Amino acid sequence: MSKMIDLSKEADEFLKKIEELSGEKITSCIQCGICSGSCPMINEMDLTPAQIMLMTLLGQKEELLKSKSIWICASCYTCTVRCPRELDLSKVAEALRQVKLRLSIDRIDINKMDKADLEELPPIALVSAFRKFTG
Amino acid sequence: MRIGVYVCHCGGNISEVVNIDEVLNSLKNEHDVAFVKDHEHLCSKEGQEIIFNDIQEYKLDKITIAACSPQFQGPTFKTLMERAGLSPYLMEMANIREQSAWVHYDDHKKATDKAKELTKMAIAKVRYNEPLSKYSIDIGKRTLIIGAGIAGIQAALDLADSGIKVYLVEKDPSIGGHMAQLSRTFPTEDCSACILSPKMADVPENPNIELLTYGEIKDVSGYLGNFHITVNRKPTYVDAEKCTACGDCADVCPVELLNEYDGNLATRKAIYLPTKIAVPHSYVLDTEHCLGLNPLACGKCQEVCKADAINYDLYEEEIEFDVDTIIVATGFELFDAKEKPEYGFGKFKNVIDGMQMERIIVSSAEGNPLKDIGKKIAYIQCIGSRDKQIGRPYCSRICCMYAIKQANLLKKGMPDRDIYIFYIDIRAFGKGFEEYYNTAQENGVKFIRGKVAELMENPDTGKIIVKAEDTLNRQMIETEFDTVVLSVGIGPSKTTENISNMLKLARSSDGFLQEAHPKFKPVDTLVPGIFLAGTIQGPKDIPDTVSQASGSAARAIRLMNQGEYFFDPLLAFVDEEKCDGCGLCVDHCPYNAISMAGKTAEVNTAFCSGCGSCISYCPKDALDLHLYTNKQLLEQIKEAVINKGDEPRVLVFADDMTAYRLADNVGNAKGIYSPYSRIIKVPSSCRVTPKLLLQAFHYGADSVLILGTETKSSPYPHCQEEIERSVKIVHNILKENEISDKRLFNTTIVTVMIKKFSGIINTYTDLAKTLGPIPLEKREKLLKDLGKKIFGGSHE
Repeated sequence: MSKMIDLSKEADEFLKKIEELSGEKITSCIQCGICSGSCPMINEMDLTPAQIMLMTLLGQKEELLKSKSIWICASCYTCTVRCPRELDLSKVAEALRQVKLRLSIDRIDINKMDKADLEELPPIALVSAFRKFTG
Repeated sequence: MRIGVYVCHCGGNISEVVNIDEVLNSLKNEHDVAFVKDHEHLCSKEGQEIIFNDIQEYKLDKITIAACSPQFQGPTFKTLMERAGLSPYLMEMANIREQSAWVHYDDHKKATDKAKELTKMAIAKVRYNEPLSKYSIDIGKRTLIIGAGIAGIQAALDLADSGIKVYLVEKDPSIGGHMAQLSRTFPTEDCSACILSPKMADVPENPNIELLTYGEIKDVSGYLGNFHITVNRKPTYVDAEKCTACGDCADVCPVELLNEYDGNLATRKAIYLPTKIAVPHSYVLDTEHCLGLNPLACGKCQEVCKADAINYDLYEEEIEFDVDTIIVATGFELFDAKEKPEYGFGKFKNVIDGMQMERIIVSSAEGNPLKDIGKKIAYIQCIGSRDKQIGRPYCSRICCMYAIKQANLLKKGMPDRDIYIFYIDIRAFGKGFEEYYNTAQENGVKFIRGKVAELMENPDTGKIIVKAEDTLNRQMIETEFDTVVLSVGIGPSKTTENISNMLKLARSSDGFLQEAHPKFKPVDTLVPGIFLAGTIQGPKDIPDTVSQASGSAARAIRLMNQGEYFFDPLLAFVDEEKCDGCGLCVDHCPYNAISMAGKTAEVNTAFCSGCGSCISYCPKDALDLHLYTNKQLLEQIKEAVINKGDEPRVLVFADDMTAYRLADNVGNAKGIYSPYSRIIKVPSSCRVTPKLLLQAFHYGADSVLILGTETKSSPYPHCQEEIERSVKIVHNILKENEISDKRLFNTTIVTVMIKKFSGIINTYTDLAKTLGPIPLEKREKLLKDLGKKIFGGSHE
């Protein structure tokens, strides 16, 4: 079965939020794909830059925040200098990373860790892991 | 006096921002106002009938209409006045749409307040309007057409067939333009040269057309009905009458150059036939590359010419003539793909542009291909179109269809060619275009949605690697092609800037020439008697170009067939009772329109251009300008600045040609600026006198701006110098009275500077706020001994 897109109020609010954080008018993207074609990291990405723009426009928050692409973007600006609508995609990627980070999700729950591990691991390794696996 | 006041809703354009009821109520108690009415659409037939009937029934003397810009519906209401038996100059419009509703929609209260005041200013002016009549000039039947591409040719033939004398000036040695280069036309696949050449041949045959090829417009002066044209004509050194186009001269010419006509894929000699279908059908000597017009330097061509057509002793000619109307058809320039270096155009030999492919297709059909293009071909759309990065945000409108056409022709020539078109959107909007697009699909042309990001060259094979995203499939493509064709867009021709300055035509932000109205006057310009044809107004295909050319010809004929043209009586006049015959004005009129008649000055209306600069020189207030009298301007000033309360007031004198229209453009663009500004329209910035400026400050203006037209494009080139003189006088008087001279600012502006306009208004509002109001005692002193202050006492 093909996937359904829900054009809900939340979806629109997500778009507005990303537009506000990035300062870019995502709705003016014409989906030409020149960003994807220009991207030096494209082979590592699960969503193409143009796809990120379209999915942001449609407010597909869950898929976007799960995507590896927003972390792979190196902010090299090749897409930005070629975008025919002068959109800055690096800023969009940064906005999506911000949203993800602000969720403050802890991927390591100290309560669920093995007691033996806790005794064995140096505290500094734990602190570092908590930091690294947030968001 | 009985003034009827009407406020228009403009179908919500005004009423959604401005509270119409409040405006109506505020005007009821104005003296001389018989009544106030509102209407949904005053310019509609129903709206006009209401005004018409009111004039009859209530014996109204004068009308004030608060609606859109007078530039927009002014002529409609003037005609209505005439129909109702009143002088068209007894009507004033308050521009509450472009100057209030469309620029202050962020603050409905302020917009309403401003609308009230603008209407009161118009009422204050109309009280002193006089029942003037239009005056007319004679128009003959002569037209200059600049540019002889398909647009110029079509317009020339239409005009000439209607009995109009046409001067057709073309910068190249042959007429025909870009269409002469094309293979076939879409979507019918007619051979371009075959359908064009009969039309080209008709041009020199037509007794009403004087063809001036290899000519350049050097100067244009005058106005509708009386344009004076100077054309520089370069010599071709070959007598077109004698030349048989045998080609013997080119055979012996030792100079070989790239041929632009063939997209630089072939060569030509320094003496050459511009195209196979050239009109005039004659060889041309290119002096830039010729070894020297001298038998000592070379002279080989002259030796072999059997027809004795080559003559080295020719010089540039200057030709002068008069015309009544002008049609500008200077066409387009292809985008130079070198501006997008990521596509390697000019560097990779297998990357070509659309025009080069046209020449390859033509030469292949003739059995002598200019280039081997291989079997696997990619087209890249939107090169130099829809791209803000290079300042070309618009769609060029022809590239989708020419790429599809070329793909169809290439498939027909060799069906096993593999052709891919990389596109963003296929725009097949014309008659038969979508069907033609479908034909390409049926022929097996593959369309991939995605703009190619970059091209690379395989250094071993010379093949071109295309990198793109298939945006529908969300997969990347990196494939080799034998040839990549860049579907380059079009921009205004290089001569546009020069032509627009010479003819004082406005350009839109994309650089093409601006039409008078995007819907109803698409071929007119804002200069009476000058029309546009073809791609100089914006990108278009051949059918649209030809339609527009015929349209501009029809508009020109319509004007010329009337035999006369009516002008507003924008003329200076002398009050004989006040004039003491000092003659200062006589020396200062740049048009020599003022002379002494006995003891008083007299204005010659045939020469007066209505700039109003003479008024500043009259110490006796005896000179004045119809339609913009001292009294009318003063009443508007008083209405704008008296009783403003705590609000700052920025008074803007906007000249008719540029600044007032710019304010309208700002309105059209919905650009917001400070609601504390009040615009007063003047015919030119030099109409504003030192006295009016001082009166403005005296009555309460916090700052005053004068916005005018740049000297190079102004109908009144002396104007800036004059207004600068007046501003200097006023600056000195302000300083003497310890008032900051920053409060008065004069500058020039162009009609596209939308952001700059808002910026200036906001800056001077902020300045007025910072400086605060001018204290009453200082203002009181401003008008004392005015004559002495302005004229230095020498006259008293």
